Amino acid sequence: MKPMLTVDDLRVSFPTRTGLIEAVRGVSFTLGRERLGIVGESGSGKSQTGRAIMGLTPAHARISASKLNFDGTDLLTAPAKVRRSLRGSRIAMILQDPKYSLNPVMSIGRQIVETLRTHENVGKREARDRAIAMLEAVQIRDAGRVFDLHPHEVSGGMGQRAMIAMMLIAGPELLIADEPTSALDVTVQLDVLRILDKLVAERGMGLIFISHDLRLVSSFCDRVIVMYAGRIVEEIAAGDLANAKHPYTQGLLNCMPTLGTDRHPLPVLDRKPEWAA
Amino acid sequence: MRAAIAAENLTVSYDDFLALDDVSIDVASGESFGLVGESGSGKSTLLRAIAGLAPIAGGRIMLDGKTLDARHRDKAFYRRVQMVFQDPYGSLHPRQTVDRLLQEPLAIHGVGDAERRILRALDEVGLGSSFRFRYSHQLSGGQRQRIAIARALIIEPEIMLLDEPTSALDASVQAEVLNLLEQVRRDRKLTYIMVSHDLGVVTHMCERLAVMKSGKVVERLSSGDLVAGRISEAYTKNLMVASKGFVRKAALA
Repeated sequence: MKPMLTVDDLRVSFPTRTGLIEAVRGVSFTLGRERLGIVGESGSGKSQTGRAIMGLTPAHARISASKLNFDGTDLLTAPAKVRRSLRGSRIAMILQDPKYSLNPVMSIGRQIVETLRTHENVGKREARDRAIAMLEAVQIRDAGRVFDLHPHEVSGGMGQRAMIAMMLIAGPELLIADEPTSALDVTVQLDVLRILDKLVAERGMGLIFISHDLRLVSSFCDRVIVMYAGRIVEEIAAGDLANAKHPYTQGLLNCMPTLGTDRHPLPVLDRKPEWAA
Repeated sequence: MRAAIAAENLTVSYDDFLALDDVSIDVASGESFGLVGESGSGKSTLLRAIAGLAPIAGGRIMLDGKTLDARHRDKAFYRRVQMVFQDPYGSLHPRQTVDRLLQEPLAIHGVGDAERRILRALDEVGLGSSFRFRYSHQLSGGQRQRIAIARALIIEPEIMLLDEPTSALDASVQAEVLNLLEQVRRDRKLTYIMVSHDLGVVTHMCERLAVMKSGKVVERLSSGDLVAGRISEAYTKNLMVASKGFVRKAALA
């Protein structure tokens, strides 16, 4: 299988007054039409990796890679116009919190239609029909009513579904989901994941699922990349996680309190400087 | 045994909306009590009502058997009951140093010996004196929550109200903060009321818990019952399923 996305030696750094902060330090992976999880703590560089692929790295950051290739297009050298045409239509990104990432002064329907009409030449009526069909696909009941609501009028779970609808309407081939359920209730989380799982499977998309919850990611993805301090410390098949070799991966797995295990105190990560080396 | 803190038929309403509807709980001294439920179930409102941060429309709250005034809490109450909030990014003053943040409760309650207490509090939450003159933006999320805990502990309360103390933190940092909370509870024989949407966290930390849904307590059970699956409410079962993570439909069949 020819990979859809190839990332080789990706580096993202931020110049600051106190020196260069290296957020991503040589990340390499390939992605086909599969579900790939990227796991790590805050500051491990997982979100910056996703943003670099999407082309949302802040302008003052320095970004380099020996290869950053999406379906034959070199993303780093591609002109802004080409990247714009990719972004949203072929590569889409779901952000963490619908409260902050949806436009508060625009109805949900109009935001979805805006995405669609940016990338495809469709009439207003057709765009509206397709947006409503998409809202139904993410299992929003009474989609016609929700179409005219503003983001503050819907719950977090519904907002996140609306965002998924918005990201999928242009039919992307690669979906980057950056902590798509962290801001949601546990019960709603599963609904959203189920919808995401179904749509990704039906449409044969590639998915990059970024999260700090290793258990969640391993239950959802085929393959998991574990990041620490800007580097990949381990890459492992999700089903094989119990045999993880790196102490950091094992630590992440063990530190969650779970039902039915009685461990006091909880094991904590003993961070070793050589992990970051 | 008499309850250290109890709520009887407590009702909280915001205009026409009943946030808490006739809720009763009792927590024994030295116990750790959990409140679980989804957003909007009223679990945080119950905690806030106990702390005097929500308008009480009916019922009463009792501390050591004495009914508290519904509108006003005196200083003596806050000396004994302290709260830690969910989001350490929002609950610490951005323009005050850690030192200043920790001075505040001491000044309010007229507690002397600030120097020694601040150093001890920092030490107790595992930060050390080097953090004393930092601002909160110079700290990580876990460090901030430790400061929030230190601020609550510094006046030596008996009861701690914990509103989702770890839900804004990474899984690995969560473990550290939960261990810290357990440690101080053991050392100081504190009583905890802890709100969380994570059943794993609640069963880890608490002996008993109440499950809340739309402003009511729908089920009361011990952590042991929950783990063993002795659950009567479908709602609680739903929460259980959700806490076990994602299961693909095909894998179920």
